[in-house]
Amino acid sequence: MGKKRGAPPEVNAGSMADIAFLLLIFFLVTTTIGVDQGINRLLPRYEDNPVVPNINQRNILPVLVNNNNQLLVNEKLVDIKDLRQTAIDFIENNGNGSCSYCLGKRDPKLSDSPKDAVISLNNDGSTSYGTYIAVQNELVAAYNYLRDRECKKRYGMTYTEMDYIYNDPASKATEGLIEDLKPKVEKIQDLIPMRLSEAEPKKN
Amino acid sequence: MSKFKKKNAEGTPAISTASLPDIVFMLLFFFMTATTMKDTDLKIDNILPKANQTAKLHKKEYVMYIYAGKPSERYRSSLGGSDRIQLADKMSYPADIKNFIITERASRNSEDEKYLTASLKIDKNVKMGLVSDIKLELRKIDQLKVNYTTAQGNPVE
Repeated sequence: MGKKRGAPPEVNAGSMADIAFLLLIFFLVTTTIGVDQGINRLLPRYEDNPVVPNINQRNILPVLVNNNNQLLVNEKLVDIKDLRQTAIDFIENNGNGSCSYCLGKRDPKLSDSPKDAVISLNNDGSTSYGTYIAVQNELVAAYNYLRDRECKKRYGMTYTEMDYIYNDPASKATEGLIEDLKPKVEKIQDLIPMRLSEAEPKKN
Repeated sequence: MSKFKKKNAEGTPAISTASLPDIVFMLLFFFMTATTMKDTDLKIDNILPKANQTAKLHKKEYVMYIYAGKPSERYRSSLGGSDRIQLADKMSYPADIKNFIITERASRNSEDEKYLTASLKIDKNVKMGLVSDIKLELRKIDQLKVNYTTAQGNPVE
């Protein structure tokens, strides 16, 4: 043969890049980036015959959503942009003066104290889920606003952060972290309880 | 004269591409670690509504997914055009949620059960009637922790 003996020929690595690109594109297509996020809620326990609590009318903020995705709050047509402020005003109204951390106007038509205030959400069966989430988002935002404000004042940390760490399974690893946060989280939840009641939508 | 000519003939040397595989591998490893595998093939439209009061979901092993939406274009002839529920890879009815949750719970550590969250991935155009059916089933089986999974954004705009 005409070939010279000696060092073996080098392997051509020119196609290595192509192979790596192929793998890269495969992973780009089959995977999703980022973590899921959403609104965390706790559903009420199922009861066959729910007890109807006796609540003073002023302590209830009725929010009705119809099948055209329009909002009726306290029998007034309200734009969804104004829902958050309406809810905040309602929760921290402080009607009976028992709430020292509220900045409300003490309107006699709104709630007595945050502990009594209930927001009652009522959907129509053909309301769209997008509107429902928007309403949920605004109501949760109202509660988060008040809780964060109170939590920051007391513990120098927002409630949203604190609650996330408290509920994270990974926090079990840190000694005493959950035990430390538990009374704080419960204190805030006690001061401003999230009382968001949802009625079954009307079927039609 | 001949000096210049020689230089021209040489031309610019080719750029070495020897490090290209290394760069691409680096990208590959980045994507392999930063992303998660898709484990369900959705047969329904699933455009999540927007919200901004959100919390991140905890680790994947504590989450189970319930999807709902209209069947997508290519499945519409076989599945119909009304809102449906999809559990893992199967199209289901609200009554199937009970068994789905029992199997999901059984496949996990009993210690972690209290962290188990149902992530509701529901298309924004689904009617609330179906959503409340799902919620009623979840309440009946005592799966009270739910997460309305959403896209990031302001819902009011």
